[in-house]
This record gives sequence, structure tokens and C-alpha cells, in this order.
Amino acid sequence: MPLLYTENLRREFGGVIAVSDVSIEIHKGSITGLIGPNGAGKTTLFNTITGLDYPTNGYVFFKGEDITPLPAYKITRSGIARTFQNIRLFKELTVFENIMIGRHFRANHPFIIKNRLINFILGRILVKREERDIYENSIKWLNFFKLGEYRDEYAKNLPYGKQRELEIARALATEPEVIFLDEPAAGMNPRETAELMTTIKRIRDLGITVVLIEHDMKLVMNICDRIIVLNYGRKIAEGTPEEVRNNREVIEAYLGKSDE
Amino acid sequence: MTDFLMVLFIYIGIYSIASLGLNLIVGYTGLLSLCQAAFVAIGAYTTAIIMTSTGLSFWWVLPVAGITASLSGLLIGIPTLRLKGDYLAIATLGFGEIVKNLIINWDSVTKGPMGINGIPAVNLFGIKLTILDKLPWMLIIWGFVFITYYLVRRIVRSRIGRALEAIREDEIAASSMGINTAKYKIGAFITGSFFAGIAGGLYAAYTQAVAPNTFDFMMSVMILCMIVLGGLGRNIAAVAGAVIIVLAEFTPRLLGISNIIPPQLNQILFGLILVMMMIYRPQGLIGRKKINYAAIVKKEILNLEK
Repeated sequence: MPLLYTENLRREFGGVIAVSDVSIEIHKGSITGLIGPNGAGKTTLFNTITGLDYPTNGYVFFKGEDITPLPAYKITRSGIARTFQNIRLFKELTVFENIMIGRHFRANHPFIIKNRLINFILGRILVKREERDIYENSIKWLNFFKLGEYRDEYAKNLPYGKQRELEIARALATEPEVIFLDEPAAGMNPRETAELMTTIKRIRDLGITVVLIEHDMKLVMNICDRIIVLNYGRKIAEGTPEEVRNNREVIEAYLGKSDE
Repeated sequence: MTDFLMVLFIYIGIYSIASLGLNLIVGYTGLLSLCQAAFVAIGAYTTAIIMTSTGLSFWWVLPVAGITASLSGLLIGIPTLRLKGDYLAIATLGFGEIVKNLIINWDSVTKGPMGINGIPAVNLFGIKLTILDKLPWMLIIWGFVFITYYLVRRIVRSRIGRALEAIREDEIAASSMGINTAKYKIGAFITGSFFAGIAGGLYAAYTQAVAPNTFDFMMSVMILCMIVLGGLGRNIAAVAGAVIIVLAEFTPRLLGISNIIPPQLNQILFGLILVMMMIYRPQGLIGRKKINYAAIVKKEILNLEK
């Protein structure tokens, strides 16, 4: 059974059908690419899966459970993390704090009392344990992305490429099983894109399933195990990079129909 | 003269507690609230009503005042789940007016526009403290300021505080980080209004009288002015803002020229301060401090392992 799959997922905005009965499967440990022309409904599909938007119809199943009606924070807690197309960092917080927030809900210390208010009153020791857990994990991701030198810098002051990396680091700090990357290479120069490719492979090697929207075909074709193509909200093709590259409908979607 | 200074510090203390609470809502969580005076009023009236009608000791009534205020904070906190920015500000503005009108018109309980007089003096270790015992009152109130300061500091320096700041920075990103934003936003309102209730309780007990006109919209603006002036999202700035604003309000009286200067001058002054701050120093006089969590936690880990 796939780790995550959707069943006839549909999202309408008034009369516009942004996502039209899309069923996709994401397999554990794979890198899946989601491509399609602008306005094909890729980001809307991401939003409906990650709970930032509700589908008009259809279901999302994760680890065999229906997560469709859950709010975004619960979906994240169940093990799905995401980044955003237009970077959404906590700009006025430092790089380290950004990553620490990713760890926020995982930091339940090994005591039975789950009520944070009681812990708060009980004293500093419990809070210290909590903070230690957050600290150690945040350091791990800080080093994973080699962001150490920027640790105490405000997120807004980072160079663009580093901001994208930080956003991925922050998402990974939630310890997801699946990470959704919305155009991770957008605005990156070729050198940064190459680095990103290695990073995505490293993430996969940690056992985390990756799903990404990307327009950079070189990146998609190089690292994806499977590719799903959307056009006008509809899934028009699916398969290995090789299969998708030679699919007639895909070529038509990108280049237009030939006159013959 | 020293008497007057002590009165000044009593008021600064009361306002500091309220502004520290508001800072949690506006400064850290980024929810623009214009009804802090309503929470202060609820705390003050709760204290006044319970103390005059039952004669219960002030030290039992004060927590009740805080809890009543925070329940009303919960009430106003729920609509914040759907409202943002300006719209939220308008909703809180409306709430503030509702509370004031409720107090004015609910004669049987609040004695209406006349207010409640003759609140029994507070009993501290067998000594009755009236409005004339300025030194003990100053010490008590500043004791509460320090407790409030410490509690707020503990909140904002834990992961709760980071979650609040994340919500201020980007609510959508915060919720996709697994933060239950609704819970934290209501939590901020409950906590912030609790402190306002405590400030109100102290005010009622110190002055031994409450009147509805004290807690008008101007008071909310004054408290907001304090945290904007000091710097949003910084606790010491909330206290510093209280010092400056209360001083500004009392200076004419201090100089003995309060007869010449019209009382409206204060309102002009606050408006001017807010506008000037927005233009020239939006981060406030003191500004937000970058908390170096890494260093703090590192230090604490070492302490733990010792």
C-alpha cells in the first residue's frame, strides 16, 4: 500500500476547478515529482493534502488513515511537512529559532504530565528538558544544512538560497515521514540547484519520502523516481521520467498541439 | 512631593502590569487588541463588588478578579480565530465599549455611572491599608509588577513564547509547523487579560473606589501607547513605556499647571506619540531584543548535567 494516496481529490473555487478528481499515490522512500504548466493546480493539490485548504470532494489517506478533515497542524503532527512556493519563514526570528519552532510539538519530555501549564508551574527542570530536546534536534538540522554560521542571524537577512534551505530545515525539524517541497529550486542559480539536488537525495537517504513541485526539468528528470503531470487540474500522465518525457499529452501540454 | 512621587509610582506599577499583559497579546502574538481597559475594568469591578458585598479578604478576591478578566479574555479570544488585523482591532474596540456600557447601565450590580465607593481597606498582616498608606501600596504593587514580569518572561522564553512569535510572523507557516494556532491565540488573550484583571483589582483596592469613566477607550489607547513607545515584544519596554506615559500624564499636575492646560492635551499627546513613533522609530524606544536561545539552552544543558 502506498504511504500516501488521494482518491478523486477535487477543489473548486467558484466555477474554477483547480484540482479535478486527482488520484495519486506516493510510495515510501521515493522522490516524486509533480509537474505541469503554470496554473495546473499543483500548489492547490499540495494545499489540500497538507490541510491548508479543504478539498470540495475526495479523500487523502496517509498511512492508511483518512486525514482529509484534519487541520494543518494535526496533519503536520501526523508526519507530513511542507515548504512554500513564496518562502514563508518567520522573518523576525533567528535562523535557530526558526528551526526550533519546527521542533515545537515533538518536544514532549518523557514525563507523563502532558499539560504544559502544570509543567510550567512545576518549575524549570521540566522546561529545561524540553528545551534541551529542542536544542539538540535543532543543532542536528542546522548542521545538516551547514547553516551554522548563520545561526543567530535574522531569517530575513539570509541570502535567498539559504532561506530556501532554512525552510526545508525547519520542515524537517518536525520529523516528517513525507516532505512536500513547493518549487524548492525557484530563483536559484545553477550551482545552488545542483547543491539542492544533493540535499534532496540526502533527505531521501534519511528515509524521508519526498514530493516536489518543480519547473526545473533537469532537476526533476534527474532525481525523481516517479513523475506526475497535471494540466488544467487533471492528471494527464504518470510514470518514470523516461515514460513521462515521451508522453504525447505531456509534450502537448508544454509545447502545444501540432497542426497536423 | 515624595507623596506625589509615590502615587506616581503606584500608577506606573498598575499600568505596567496591564501593559505587560497587553504586550503578550499585541507584541508577541501580533493580535491588535484595543480592549485592555475593559479587562482592567472587569478586574476592578469584580474586586469592588465582591469586597463591598461579602467583605471577603482582598487577597482572596484578587485571583478571582484575574480569573474573571481572563474568562472575558476567552470570550473575546474566540472571535480572533476568524478575524485578523484591523478587523480584530474593531471587534476588540466594540468589546471594550460593550463592557463600559454594561457597567454604566447595570445599576443593580455596578451602581451605574456613580461607581462603587467605600471599598473596604485592604488588610495586610492586621494593618489596614488605605489610600493614604502610599509606601506600603507602592511596595505591594511593585511586588506584583516583578511577579508579572517574571511570569511573562518565563512564558516568552519557553517554546510557548516561540510559538506565539511564530504566529505573529506567519500564521500559516506556524500551523504547518504543527502549532495549534487557535489554542495559542486564545491562550495569549486569556493570559494577557488575566494580568489586566490583576491590575484592575489592585487599582480598585488602592483607590477604594471605582467609576466607569476611568476605564474608557483612552485607557486602552494609553496602554497600547506604552507598549508601542517602549517597543513591541519586549517586556522591559512595556514597563519603560508605562513610566513615560504616566509621567507625561501627571507632569502638568506635578508642575502645578494642570489648571492652565486642558485635559484634552493628553489625548493629543498620545496621538502624536503614536504617529511619531510609527514614522521615526517603529521598533520602539528600546526595540525588540534578539533572544539568543542557543546560548541560553547551552548554559542550561550544562547546568542540568552538573
